Amino acid sequence: MFPFFRKKSSTLTARKRDVPDGLWTKCPSCSELVYRKQMHRDHGICAKCGFHFPIGAAERIEMLLENKSFEEWDAGLESVDSLEFTGTSSYVSKLESNMKKTGRKDAVICGRGRIGEHAVALAVMDFDFLAASMGAVVGEKITRLIERATAERLPVVIVCASGGARMYEGLFSLMQMAKTSGALARHAAAGLPYIPVLTHPTTAGVMASFATLGDVIVAEPDALIGFAGPRVIKETTQQDLPDGFQKSEFLLKHGLLDMVVNRKELKSTLIQLLDYFRPHRQGEAKAS
Amino acid sequence: MYALLFEKPIVELEKKLEELRHVSADQALDVSGEIERIQKKIEQSRREIYENLTPWQKVQVSRHPMRPYPLDHIRRMTTGFLELHGDRDYADDRAIIGGFAMLDGRSVMIIGTQKGRDTKSNLECNFGCPYPEGYRKALRLMKLAAKFKMPIITLVDTPGAFPGIESEERHIAEAIAVNLREMFTLPVPFISVITGEGGSGGALGMAVCNRLLIMEHAYYSVISPEGCAAILWKDRAYANQAADALRLTAKDLIQFKLADEVVPEPVGGAHTNYDAAAEALKQKILKHLAALDKLSPQQLLEDRYRKFRAMGPFKEPEPESRRRFRRKKS
Repeated sequence: MFPFFRKKSSTLTARKRDVPDGLWTKCPSCSELVYRKQMHRDHGICAKCGFHFPIGAAERIEMLLENKSFEEWDAGLESVDSLEFTGTSSYVSKLESNMKKTGRKDAVICGRGRIGEHAVALAVMDFDFLAASMGAVVGEKITRLIERATAERLPVVIVCASGGARMYEGLFSLMQMAKTSGALARHAAAGLPYIPVLTHPTTAGVMASFATLGDVIVAEPDALIGFAGPRVIKETTQQDLPDGFQKSEFLLKHGLLDMVVNRKELKSTLIQLLDYFRPHRQGEAKAS
Repeated sequence: MYALLFEKPIVELEKKLEELRHVSADQALDVSGEIERIQKKIEQSRREIYENLTPWQKVQVSRHPMRPYPLDHIRRMTTGFLELHGDRDYADDRAIIGGFAMLDGRSVMIIGTQKGRDTKSNLECNFGCPYPEGYRKALRLMKLAAKFKMPIITLVDTPGAFPGIESEERHIAEAIAVNLREMFTLPVPFISVITGEGGSGGALGMAVCNRLLIMEHAYYSVISPEGCAAILWKDRAYANQAADALRLTAKDLIQFKLADEVVPEPVGGAHTNYDAAAEALKQKILKHLAALDKLSPQQLLEDRYRKFRAMGPFKEPEPESRRRFRRKKS
């Protein structure tokens, strides 16, 4: 299920490959030469055209949370190869190389932190780790995050990016969709807010579970968001895909997203939303 | 008669049997001994083949064009099936059917996916691939069942949710996700059976249950063997290897504790005897329903939550405090 958008991922790798290790990089959208340090200061946004470069999970946390407010949860969870998956290469070797590449044990970082004055339970998916596919570890960490947020009465914010379910874990990976959705059912029943932020690309199993179950669904501009990958759809239906198909703006128009928010305004938008979700806001207004 | 490649020995024997019958009719020869011998051989050969199916062969059996589909089972297992239509929003998806039925003297809500057997019926039900409105209809019927305290039974046989432009425009992912969440909130007994193909999210979207059963030659997988082969081997022709790697058979799911019980099929697969297949299915459903009847609505919800909560093995380092404690003890 996960690399459904394999062809599409060529744009992804292209985006990455266009960023050499030098001081300058070329914007894949407007071809402008961008000074890398400046681009990082701008949270990975091209100063000229506003193109959103992919940014890492750690950078995302730094951008959203108040300084030193982050406390990581369940960082030690590690995937196991319960199927003894043997394909062209083994799952174990895939895991090893991705751990080495990212310095992390799996594809999501979870924890507690503050956005503005709001304490939140935050998860950020790391696309660099096996396309942020959801296996048992991602499912378990997200579920624990939601359960703990329910117990501690915290809002949940999940920055999503994913190729979908993790094929190497077979049906176990599919079941993570149910597991995470079940935890969200209880979080919702407790009257607590949940905001998923969809970033490029959010697809398949993650899309068909926690990514689309928000009270408010936010997306970054020009992100690929969908269930099936464009290549699969094209092959199945033999139809030409409409312009901008499965992009954030397309989904805003078709009624799935509440808003498409520029990365620069993401934090302030989340603060504003969390302000509205604060249960005593009504009472406060009356009192003043 | 449609035959799968590995059924060739059976087909040859059946041909021989047919010839023999002609001979005996034409020439008034008594070959009854010979006929009986061949019939026995067919039985034996069928048993041997079906006991030793590879995962990829099982996938083919589950896709057999004569395999009984959920409606075939519903018509045999229940009486008074009263079909209900539409999602009250967009359309009536024919890939998912459902309604009230009487099962062994009690009313149930029974919902299934549906495939077709010819071009016309396949176009009508989109080859068993539901659109978003199918999942929304299923959820509407499930909520209806919960309101009137009826058990929910879902029969699943789908290659998957439909990957198409309209599906995306009407948010197939959201329709499935909402079903996943809402199925955890229905305080009635919920039994799901994978009767043929358990195609990924499209199957799970109607199967968040208290008991998951799977028919002997059905499969349930996160991705189709062909899809997996296309990604890993860059060639769909490796579906055979992918089917092995994915561990998608009924036996595998029992071993991994992902399914609760296997529903046995008649020798030679469910397509050889619809009545026997449906009867076996009915007995298993009744057995699990009786067990679930003992749970209160709250217990049913807790049971369902715990069931899925426990799925997915991982490694966890021992907490520092416990490790220190252990060291002191030794």
